[in-house]
Amino acid sequence: MSSMLASYLTLAAILFCIGLYGVLTKRSAVIVLLSIELMLNAVNLNLIAFSKYGVVPSLKGQVFSLFSIAIAAAEVAVGIAILIALYRNRGTTNVDEFNELRN
Amino acid sequence: MESVYAQYVWAVPIFPLLTFLLLTLARSAAKGAAAFVGVGSSLIACVLSILILLERLTANTDVYTVNFDWLSFGAVQFELGYELTNLNALMLVIVTVVSTLVNLYAKGYMADDERQSVFFAYIGLFTFSMLGLVLSPNLLQLYIFWELVGVCSFLLIGFWYERSSARAAAKKAFIMTRIGDVGLLIAILILFWHMPNHALDFQTIAQVFASADTMSQYGISAGLATWIASLIFLGAIGKSGQFPLHTWLPDAMEGPTPISALIHAATMVAAGVYLVARAFDIFQVSQTALLIVASVGGFTAIFAATIAIAQRDMKRILAYSTVSQLGYMMLALGLGAVTAGIFHLFTHAFFKALLFLGAGSVIHAVHTQNIFQIDGRGHNMKITAWTFAIGALALSGVPPLSGFWSKDAILSVAWESNKLLFVVGIITAFLTAFYMSRLFFMAFTGASALSTSETAVEASGAADGARRKPDASSIVHKETESTIHESPAVMTIPLIVLAILAVVAGFVYTPINSGFETWLTGEAAGDHTNWIVIILSTIVALSGIGLGYVVYGPNGVREDRWSSVLKPLYHLIERKYYVDELYTLFFVYPLKVLGKVLYVFDRYIIDGVVRCTASCTVQFGKLFTRVQNGQLQSYGLLSLYGFSALLLLLLLLGKGLW
Repeated sequence: MSSMLASYLTLAAILFCIGLYGVLTKRSAVIVLLSIELMLNAVNLNLIAFSKYGVVPSLKGQVFSLFSIAIAAAEVAVGIAILIALYRNRGTTNVDEFNELRN
Repeated sequence: MESVYAQYVWAVPIFPLLTFLLLTLARSAAKGAAAFVGVGSSLIACVLSILILLERLTANTDVYTVNFDWLSFGAVQFELGYELTNLNALMLVIVTVVSTLVNLYAKGYMADDERQSVFFAYIGLFTFSMLGLVLSPNLLQLYIFWELVGVCSFLLIGFWYERSSARAAAKKAFIMTRIGDVGLLIAILILFWHMPNHALDFQTIAQVFASADTMSQYGISAGLATWIASLIFLGAIGKSGQFPLHTWLPDAMEGPTPISALIHAATMVAAGVYLVARAFDIFQVSQTALLIVASVGGFTAIFAATIAIAQRDMKRILAYSTVSQLGYMMLALGLGAVTAGIFHLFTHAFFKALLFLGAGSVIHAVHTQNIFQIDGRGHNMKITAWTFAIGALALSGVPPLSGFWSKDAILSVAWESNKLLFVVGIITAFLTAFYMSRLFFMAFTGASALSTSETAVEASGAADGARRKPDASSIVHKETESTIHESPAVMTIPLIVLAILAVVAGFVYTPINSGFETWLTGEAAGDHTNWIVIILSTIVALSGIGLGYVVYGPNGVREDRWSSVLKPLYHLIERKYYVDELYTLFFVYPLKVLGKVLYVFDRYIIDGVVRCTASCTVQFGKLFTRVQNGQLQSYGLLSLYGFSALLLLLLLLGKGLW
């Protein structure tokens, strides 16, 4: 059984790393948001894997992942809204152009 | 008999101090009244000190001391107070009389000066310091006032501070006397260390240094006493303008003339002589120290007298004459003759103040200090001329004027104890008579005194009066005979009073009237009548004047004819033996080079290190500002790196990941 857990966790880790790679390297803000979703889903996958194969299996993990998906949806809505606002202001979605944090 | 006035002796210095405080507070508001405040308060002090002196002359001759605690820590106590002895009762009179007359004179002399009230305030402080110094019962308090006198002289010499020469002279006076002050301070410290109970008062000093026995009883060796005495004398050298620290005194002529009179007659320079006389108990036990005092004094006397014969500036001649006469006093003290030294200080105070004030009167009228430019134009000023003549005769030592008696007292002591110093003294007396007659005949007699339509040589920029008003200095002063008037009465009255004093002051202590010595030192007076000395000094004085008359009199050549014959010697003397130049070469120049070296060191090494530190910090900071680029992604990447590094660290340390 634990071998099943390991493969789920590996898949989640791969997904997380792809997401992280996307967040850190992609120039388009949309793709960065997408990558964040990937990372979130990797976490969700972990939650579900542990709820099934963990030390103390229970339904809580799955409920938790449902919450997480809902929050992720809300987050994406806010994220896209900010992105559109940025696009309207700056006329671009290139992350390199956004360096307001500097000042 | 109970003393009546002695208990009020503290009030003598208080009045000049009040002048100072009052005029400093009032400042410009007191402008017109400043002179009256100055004259009035010093007159009160003067009357009081004369009463005290008279009382001590007639009845009460005990030492009157009042002390109160100032500082005490552990077993050591410092006291302040005042002490009245016959010596300082006499000094009080000298200081207050001269100060009063100078105040009065300055009322006329400084009449159109902007900063009149400041001037009178400074004089008040100066007089206060000197009186405090005289009344000090211990060396520490004396040292405090000693420094105050130094500060006041600095303020007054540099009174016309808009002139760079006055500033330089003030600084020079302050620094040169500082060198001596260090000696005095070290002497005080040594005394403090070795004296029983760390006592510094003169009475204890007198007990300890009474004889070789008492000294060894208190564990003070003869060598130590010599050191202490020599260091105290170093202080006196600085203040009294003895060789080799004399150069500040002639430069101090940059101050207003009344100040020159005050410094040269009653206060500053008298402080050194007074100190040696006051601490004479210490000198007495050391033959070496006495010899040093006598030789320095004798050398200074003849050294300064030779310089004076080649100077052209009226006030400078008088300044070198002061240096020379102070040398005389030191000579007397070094030969153990305190009475003769103080007596000369006493008489000298009056005739030297007279000469300076007279010179000021002439300068005030003709606006030049060069005697060859004055060239007899002083003859219209009858009172000034006559009083100046009396002063010059007194200084030259013509009987029966005061200078004769005091000089005779010194010379007869020298005759008995040291023939070499006697010869030095008699040559100095001759030179003194010669340069004084040169000064007098050049300034008050001559061809121009006879002609009526002589156009004066235009005043040089060096003129005292012209420099006082910078805006007027560009105007050429064409003083013709008719424009030279006698000075106003406020200036001539002090001259007359001083002239009378210069005549009669000598009768205090004559060969037939030697009670003064008993009174002053408490020892039985020895017979010091010495006809050989009297006759010799008279001949020398008269021949000096005679030579002066032949060369510089109305019918003489009226120029330094020997300057062309003995050119190198003349230049040597005219340039004051190049002492200032030597100081420049050996002290000022090396110090400047050292300063430059240290400047370069400071500029490039010390500053370099500081700047390097600063720029390293800045560069280091810049390195990290590049990290803050506002790019969210690079922040994230860095966080990732950091997280990975932490994980790696945990793994390497073998703690496991959880």
